[in-house]
Amino acid sequence: MTTTEPSGVRRGLDAQTLEELRQIGARYPQARSGLLPMLHLVQSVEGQVTAEGIEACAQILGISAAEVAGVATFYTMYKRRPVGDYYVGVCTNTLCAVMGGDAIVERLEEHLGIGNDETTPDDGTGRTITLEHVECNAACDYAPVVMVNWEFMDNMDPASATRLVDDLRAGAEVRSTRGPRICTWREAERVLAGFNDGLADEGPAAGPATLVGLRTARANGWRAPEASTSSDDADNEADPAGDKQDSNDGNDSRGGK
Amino acid sequence: MLTPVLSDNWDADRAWTLPSYERGGGYRGVRKALRMQPDEVVQLVKDSGLRGRGGAGFPTGMKWGFIPQDNPKPKYLVVNADESEPGTCKDIPLMLASPHTLVEGVIISSYAIRANTAFIYVRGEVLHVVRRLQAAVAEAYAAGYLGKNIEGSGYDLDLVVHVGAGAYICGEETALLDSLEGRRGQPRLRPPFPAVAGLYASPTVINNVESIASVPSIVANGAEWFSSMGTERSKGMTLYSISGHVKRPGQFEAPLGITLRQLLDLAGGVREGHQLKFWTPGGSSTPLLTAEHLDVPLDYEAIGKAGSMLGTKALQIFDETTCVVRAVLRWTEFYKHESCGKCTPCREGTWWMVQVLARLERGQGSETDLEQLLDQCDNILGRSFCALGDGATSPITSSIEYFRDEYLDHLRQGGCPFDPAASTLFATVGADA
Repeated sequence: MTTTEPSGVRRGLDAQTLEELRQIGARYPQARSGLLPMLHLVQSVEGQVTAEGIEACAQILGISAAEVAGVATFYTMYKRRPVGDYYVGVCTNTLCAVMGGDAIVERLEEHLGIGNDETTPDDGTGRTITLEHVECNAACDYAPVVMVNWEFMDNMDPASATRLVDDLRAGAEVRSTRGPRICTWREAERVLAGFNDGLADEGPAAGPATLVGLRTARANGWRAPEASTSSDDADNEADPAGDKQDSNDGNDSRGGK
Repeated sequence: MLTPVLSDNWDADRAWTLPSYERGGGYRGVRKALRMQPDEVVQLVKDSGLRGRGGAGFPTGMKWGFIPQDNPKPKYLVVNADESEPGTCKDIPLMLASPHTLVEGVIISSYAIRANTAFIYVRGEVLHVVRRLQAAVAEAYAAGYLGKNIEGSGYDLDLVVHVGAGAYICGEETALLDSLEGRRGQPRLRPPFPAVAGLYASPTVINNVESIASVPSIVANGAEWFSSMGTERSKGMTLYSISGHVKRPGQFEAPLGITLRQLLDLAGGVREGHQLKFWTPGGSSTPLLTAEHLDVPLDYEAIGKAGSMLGTKALQIFDETTCVVRAVLRWTEFYKHESCGKCTPCREGTWWMVQVLARLERGQGSETDLEQLLDQCDNILGRSFCALGDGATSPITSSIEYFRDEYLDHLRQGGCPFDPAASTLFATVGADA
């Protein structure tokens, strides 16, 4: 049983998937380097890391299934049980936990009626949610942080997190605070396998916390020092740090915020 | 006070795209570097005083100089974009906003060490950052900044965006190499060092995202320009990430040596009605500091002298509503979860430390458990292949040093004396904590 969805996500280890697995290996000087993205692709088509997926990777790379399984069980993003359409990861490392991550997990477990690393049953909508607490996701200035299919949902609280999962289950449009409309977990895994979905231009360059320092610098007229002009005339006009003296340099997207 | 260089284009229109980056002067560093000899680029970065921004602070140019150029094997550059140290959140926003800054740095750095293949090892849990990197690399190929005969120089470079799969340990450079070879991410015994036998047993340089992203500005503006910022031995500008109980958390790019007092001021101070209790200077693996350290310059030397480490400059701020025992227990659970299992002191030690800490947090156990914890730390520190175990001891030893009484309060009261609701972001403003 093999189908291809509009997003390009395929289901099943068909001939094309096997070909894509080989393509991943071919990106590297040594094909085994491709094993991590290959396993992401397996998850995209199988909804988890399956025994068949492990066997396929092993055959393509000419290593044992045990070696592939050893890798698949080492990394937390690889799942040995079916994952829902929306993987909701709540950061409960210290800073997010203290700022409210623990309260968010508690509320979501109660609201969804599931525990950590469990998936909601299909309520007829066809949309399921897997809930897990995750470690630091490098967004501490937006704490507490929730990840949905590895997209940032910044500055959450129990109420907004509850609305988030309700919207996901209802099929409403949910956008990452710093990214595009949330895709499915399988679609996300395909991107992680190196097959770009063309959504890079969605969302902002940066969220507000990212820009706090820059905006403070702009407001106060603080800049990096000018480069000395003696070293290389040809390059000074392009000096990335030195062009702030004249903020009206034709690039009106900068300096005036 | 602040010196935006790396962050300078983050508010530009479509900052992540090639046209936007080039409008701001991007990729002229590549052209300039390609007119220099590779060794001149290495020397320039040595002269700048740039030190690794991933935590250890090792001089970047010196690292490049360790690559044996008479070794006939291919050389590799690997960017460590596996940002996972708790509290650390600078490389992810940098790559999201301006992936081309990193790509340009990769090209110059690879040229300097004579590598024709480079990798960006990015953690898997940041989907949109992966998209932006993939798109930036594709744009750079299309524009001739990657591939064959870059800018007519005769220099070839291929750049692969490699996505990890969730393992803090892969931020350790030799574990990262094993992971990049398609294996479990477990650290290697050194020597041999990666410079001699790294990826595929070939000479390899591994640098942090921010280190590599700093290279284009150094090439464009010169070593003197870079070293005019910072302190005597900690040169240049850097990204400080402030998070936690402050009014305006976020990224602040300043010269090395600024103080937490100054940065807190820029971040609006500790949230209304509360006071600073403890903080990390560079992620959870760097020993905790307190309000008495507000005026210590945030550079490698001064923070070291104060008994901690500059690390990743991840300043996690906790106010007086936070239970330090709870905070330390949670970090310890993290280290236990992330220990790769290779070295016994770390694998077993982190497990036992969680047991002891969890009991203390429940108000059970006795004062001798504190000595037990310190003894466990003593048996882990410096006794494993990599620094994960060392890092796991930092919050414990420093919290016992500064907050021994708070541990004892848990025992006296038979439980945690703190209300966790009071420390949340959504705690009622002005409520009595």
